[in-house]
Amino acid sequence: MKWSEFFVTGEPLIYAADVSIVLTAIGIVFVLTYFKKWKWLWNEWLTTVDHKKIGVMYIISAVLMLFRGGVDALLMRAQLTVPNMKFLDSQHYNEIFTTHGTIMIIFMAMPFIIGLMNIVVPLQIGARDVAYPYLNALSFWLFFVGAMLFNIAFVIGGSPDAGWTSYFPLASKEFSPGVGNNYYAVALQISGIGTLMTGINFLVTILKMRAPGMTLMRMPMFTWTILITCVIIIFAFPVFTVALALMTFDRLFDTQFFTMANGGMSMLWANLFWIWGHPEVYIVVLPAFGIFSEVVSTFARKRLFGYKAMVFSIVGIAFLSFLVWVHHFFTMGAGAAVNSFFSITTMAIAIPTGVKIFNWLFTLRKGKIRFTTAMLWSLAFIPNFVIGGVTGVMLAMAAADYQYHNSYFLIAHFHYVLIAGTVFACFAGLHYWYPKMFGHILNERLGKWTFWLFMIGFNICFFPMYFLGLMGMTRRMYTYSAGLGWTPLNVVATVGAALMGIGFIVLCYNIYYSARYGERDMTGDPWDGRTLEWATSSPVAHYNFAIIPEVTDLDAYWVMKKTGKGLEIDEEKLKPIHMPSNSGRPFLISIAFFFAGFGLVFEWYTMAIIATIFIILGLILRSFDDDDGYYISVDEIKRTERLARKGA
Amino acid sequence: MHVEEKLTAETFPASPEKATLEGKNKFIGFWTFLGGETVMFASLFATFLALRDKTANGPTAEELFKMPLVFVATMLLLTSSLTSVYAMYHMKNFDFKKMQLWLGVTVLLGAGFLGLEIFEFNEYVHEGFKFSTSAFSSSFYTLVGTHGAHVTFGLLWILTLMIRNAKRGLNLYNAPKFYVASLYWHFIDVVWVFIFTVVYLMGMVG
Ligand code: HEM
Ligand SMILES: [Cu+2]
Repeated sequence: MKWSEFFVTGEPLIYAADVSIVLTAIGIVFVLTYFKKWKWLWNEWLTTVDHKKIGVMYIISAVLMLFRGGVDALLMRAQLTVPNMKFLDSQHYNEIFTTHGTIMIIFMAMPFIIGLMNIVVPLQIGARDVAYPYLNALSFWLFFVGAMLFNIAFVIGGSPDAGWTSYFPLASKEFSPGVGNNYYAVALQISGIGTLMTGINFLVTILKMRAPGMTLMRMPMFTWTILITCVIIIFAFPVFTVALALMTFDRLFDTQFFTMANGGMSMLWANLFWIWGHPEVYIVVLPAFGIFSEVVSTFARKRLFGYKAMVFSIVGIAFLSFLVWVHHFFTMGAGAAVNSFFSITTMAIAIPTGVKIFNWLFTLRKGKIRFTTAMLWSLAFIPNFVIGGVTGVMLAMAAADYQYHNSYFLIAHFHYVLIAGTVFACFAGLHYWYPKMFGHILNERLGKWTFWLFMIGFNICFFPMYFLGLMGMTRRMYTYSAGLGWTPLNVVATVGAALMGIGFIVLCYNIYYSARYGERDMTGDPWDGRTLEWATSSPVAHYNFAIIPEVTDLDAYWVMKKTGKGLEIDEEKLKPIHMPSNSGRPFLISIAFFFAGFGLVFEWYTMAIIATIFIILGLILRSFDDDDGYYISVDEIKRTERLARKGA
Repeated sequence: MHVEEKLTAETFPASPEKATLEGKNKFIGFWTFLGGETVMFASLFATFLALRDKTANGPTAEELFKMPLVFVATMLLLTSSLTSVYAMYHMKNFDFKKMQLWLGVTVLLGAGFLGLEIFEFNEYVHEGFKFSTSAFSSSFYTLVGTHGAHVTFGLLWILTLMIRNAKRGLNLYNAPKFYVASLYWHFIDVVWVFIFTVVYLMGMVG
């Protein structure tokens, strides 16, 4: 690698990005120094092992990534608005759809969900923390450095450009010689390790740390979906780990896994990728179902309809999600028998999903519905997701897929499930649980503005794409000629994308506005909630629960409110609470991971090896660490609780 | 009860690895982790099976494998699993010295295995069977090498635990740590049994 190739050059867009990155960095350093916040940053955030703060950091990162992925999306839409546009060249377009897809799925959707689950799950099950708080911090920082590594690619060395699926042979060194695809392989690996650890952590947390009386069938639905999601993570992510490792070997050490010569099999990549990839989409959508279940039941003021059916359908979906991966390459010649099998398993997923849709509808039936922002997102989810689901069944018909495959019909389909499913859920969850994170409510008026702008924009943007697909427009094409008749619908789509962008800006403004003028939540229970997270104060005390609640039924907090039992804190019963100490090691180990990854990307092995030694050292030091936490005294708990209850 | 409390053979619980909440969590968490590891090895086995005939003019399994060497290595590793069982037996009886002794034997046997594997790989490379020679060679080194990396990690782990706790003896804080390390060691052993069968035995019969 020559130094002249180290920094990406040649395009005004890139220079503008360079400048803005440098300015932002200087700005952050300046603000932190000016307000003397470095120590605060270190003590309160970088070293924290508190699940709520880790959750907040996940969500902040996810929103930043939504911005980055969204800018990528708008650039693409700008390029496609009219035929023969000269805004992005083909190479640049390739890079942008690759980073857009990868960032949206791995660094936006998943972390957003994981952030919400970090904040909410321990509260919902009446726990004081997760099973392994230290590991939780490490998971976050690994995700974060993975995301940063991936994000710098476009200014340092060059972006990956083989699509978020990075199929071989295109993604091989032969056809993608730059460092871009090394970034893909290494950055996703690092953050993937973090995700796997999160999966294990929350599985154990949910299985082992529930409050007394909370049997599995008394768990809130969101917790159920997270439990199953963790199982999917544990079974799916190791496959991705392997796939990425083999990709790294092929690219760095000239191995022959996916090559064209010397016996390699490029279809092996496609199989490994999608054996992980399809369950991955359920990793981001099952928790979304959980969020909608909570919101719908709270704002319809009814117990969730068909709780058991919901649980069984999640389990069913999780199971089926491992048996459908071939539907991503029906056209690659697997043969009629294989295609039929995967076609049927894919359609079968519609059954448990349909069950869930009806359960939500029946929960709404005769409910006293309150149209809060969170509820609007949930209500909009139902019809929009059904559109995505129905077109999904169309795609599942192998024979018909020869027509739809890799067209804008597919693009429309998966955006309908990913946006109407996951993104709507993230926004619903953000509004719903915001008081638990920051102690104030997100402004509802602005929230509704975001909702209408984004939801309408979304439909204007993506609904026409179904028709563009049927008219023959294929995905990943950077321009088209005027004679094809695609122009009007493309213009419409771009207008929709712009509306979504405006919706996002309103959301960001809302966060700022509410922080300054937002209504404080003094009760801890602003929505008249049903589950245990609403039994805590807002924002939640460091130890979550002064006394661990006793659970007697589903909707534990609702029952407590109805019977009046367990609401008051008996100060006599308080005991000192054991909490884990903060540690800077997860952060530092992850920094070492960053440098190890960077070294691998550029094949600077000395750097990679030195960083790896630091990683190992960090792991060993952990086992020599005697710090086994500290106790919060009864006096301090009393003080905190009295202060929190004063407003109530 | 505080986890680092000094205990005697009488007060030491029968299942020390599961006596505390942390211990229980570690126990299940580790089993789940092994579930993930199983999936990872399954993917590597699948890759190997898909590519093992793709020798691309490079050496084939029959030409290459040195069965006596592999057999000795297998014996070393299997025995080390047994000695780690002894170690856990002594842990449950609160006999720290004997536990350390048997863990030491386990580490030595494991190191022997690793030495033989390095020797074996070195031989193969000299016979023109490099990481990048063919799809078969790539998948062979990746599968067997990943296992070897696990052995290395396991050795470092057990050694760290032994050194770390040499002076403090057994308590309910470190008992679960020893226990999961030995679980890990068994897991590595089981994976090796599959490697021995799928890679070496099936490789020899073609
Ligand atoms: C914010 C509004 C969004 C817009 C306007 C948008 C637009 C687009 C466009 C124009 C493409 C490229 C089509 C092509 O040339 O092949 C694309 C691809 C893609 N998008 Fe989005 N998108 C948005 C949000 C999302 C979200 C939220 C996700 C995931 C959670 C997502 C996941 C993907 C994926 C995986 C691809 C495929 C990338 C590839 O071909 O490798 N998008 N999107
Ligand atoms: Cu799929």
